[in-house]
Amino acid sequence: MAEPARARPKPTPETQHYWDGAKAGELRLQRCDDCSNVYFPPRPFCPSCASRKVSVFQASGKGFLYSYVINHRPAAPGFTPPYAIAVVELDEGPRLMSSIIDCPQTPEALELDMKLEVAFEKLDDTITLPVFRPAKG
Amino acid sequence: MRRNAVAVVGAAETTELGVIPNMSQIQLHADAALNAIKDAGLKLSDIDGIATAVETPQQIAHYLGITPTWVDGTSVGGCSFMLHVRHAAAAIEAGLCKTVLITHAESGKSMIGKLPRSMPADSLQGQFEAPYGVYGPPSMFPIPVLRYMKTHGITHEQIASVAVFQREWAAKNPRAMMKAPITVDDVLNSKMIAYPFRILQCCLVTDGGGALILTSADRAKDFPNKPVYILGTGESVETPMVSQMKTFDSSGAFTVAGPTAFREAGIAHKDVDHLMIYDAFAHLPLYGLGDLGFMPHEETGKFIADGNTRPGGKLPMNTNGGGLSYMHSGMYGMYALQESVRQMRGIAPAQVPGAKISVCHGVGGMFAASGTVIFTNEK
Repeated sequence: MAEPARARPKPTPETQHYWDGAKAGELRLQRCDDCSNVYFPPRPFCPSCASRKVSVFQASGKGFLYSYVINHRPAAPGFTPPYAIAVVELDEGPRLMSSIIDCPQTPEALELDMKLEVAFEKLDDTITLPVFRPAKG
Repeated sequence: MRRNAVAVVGAAETTELGVIPNMSQIQLHADAALNAIKDAGLKLSDIDGIATAVETPQQIAHYLGITPTWVDGTSVGGCSFMLHVRHAAAAIEAGLCKTVLITHAESGKSMIGKLPRSMPADSLQGQFEAPYGVYGPPSMFPIPVLRYMKTHGITHEQIASVAVFQREWAAKNPRAMMKAPITVDDVLNSKMIAYPFRILQCCLVTDGGGALILTSADRAKDFPNKPVYILGTGESVETPMVSQMKTFDSSGAFTVAGPTAFREAGIAHKDVDHLMIYDAFAHLPLYGLGDLGFMPHEETGKFIADGNTRPGGKLPMNTNGGGLSYMHSGMYGMYALQESVRQMRGIAPAQVPGAKISVCHGVGGMFAASGTVIFTNEK
């Protein structure tokens, strides 16, 4: 029997811009044109004031390590344990789940509040995942 | 909701708990339901309301041969049954039905007739969480805990003590899966699952079920067992994505459900004799103690580590051994409710002497949902 495949996101009409952005090397967020709220995950209205007037913009890609686990078992298909599953808080406010690359997957190396910057991991011709690495400098 | 207007008059778990390889999931529902109906001294035909989760009400009603006038299929994870109790109490009060059966069962270990749980690739979780390697609750539920520990000054040893003291309670429960004593060192040296949590800080995986029967308090005195009254209830949901909780310093769903139940009940925290806080993982009792208002989050770790919730402590908690040591079929809320009812009836294996008020607090998903039920045995 074939090994189960790694989970791959399947964009919807409301999230397509996010995945198009990742493919182009941009982390895209949305901002409400009425109340300026910046939010994630993508949707075509503001979850704070319900306005449908919202814009997509390129985020700075900077943030910090909010929390994480280092998963040992069971490992998700396509992942080699131990690997960190992190939540990153972006400078713009929203948080998102991500992986931390270019960093030992250990409690010693993964310090809460460490500065991070976005990087991009190409999964295939259609999907590129935003991931994060320790910020330089 | 009016206090003490509705009571639990039947309560039972499946005949066996643990590993049950000779029963499908739907038969576990039926086994628990038939035990609860017998406990209440009723006939199946007396049931006119039915509530269940994961399995649908139509599945259970048809299998049992019940024709309900009220149904509730609220399915928000392991605390669904706390919400069923709340909804059933409101329905009985409103005259929509007279006698409600709530069932839970899961073939969590043997996986016979168990419905698949999936995270579709085009769902929000499938797009924004699954690609990063989350794989089942152990990889997701502990994600907030390192932040919680840093914010509130909680230590690994304090969280490990949750498992140690619940094992002490489990040792007093003949039906508990895990009864051998453990130490903080045992917990902190057990097999790593998802740092910072090790296997002794993660719930068991078992088969089993339970069922409750509720009716109006006016009728409750005619039943064979001591009625257990619904004093207050609360519920809420936050998000199915653990990464999108408003903060990891507390649970948004807990902070609505818990305080709502306390307000409804009109009680103070010092009035609570017995406490159940759904412990799918060892950090949940800390979140629960803080979010339900028993103490500031900063004090929760020390409170537990100092022994206040262990046998003989001033706030007996998770007296069946909890999801960590009693059993956990996947949706543990029903077993927490069963233990509260046993304590209020005065028949629990680890009975808290003279207990009059029991708070039963549940979680669904990874902090996605919450339900709280406050019981009393005094009207």
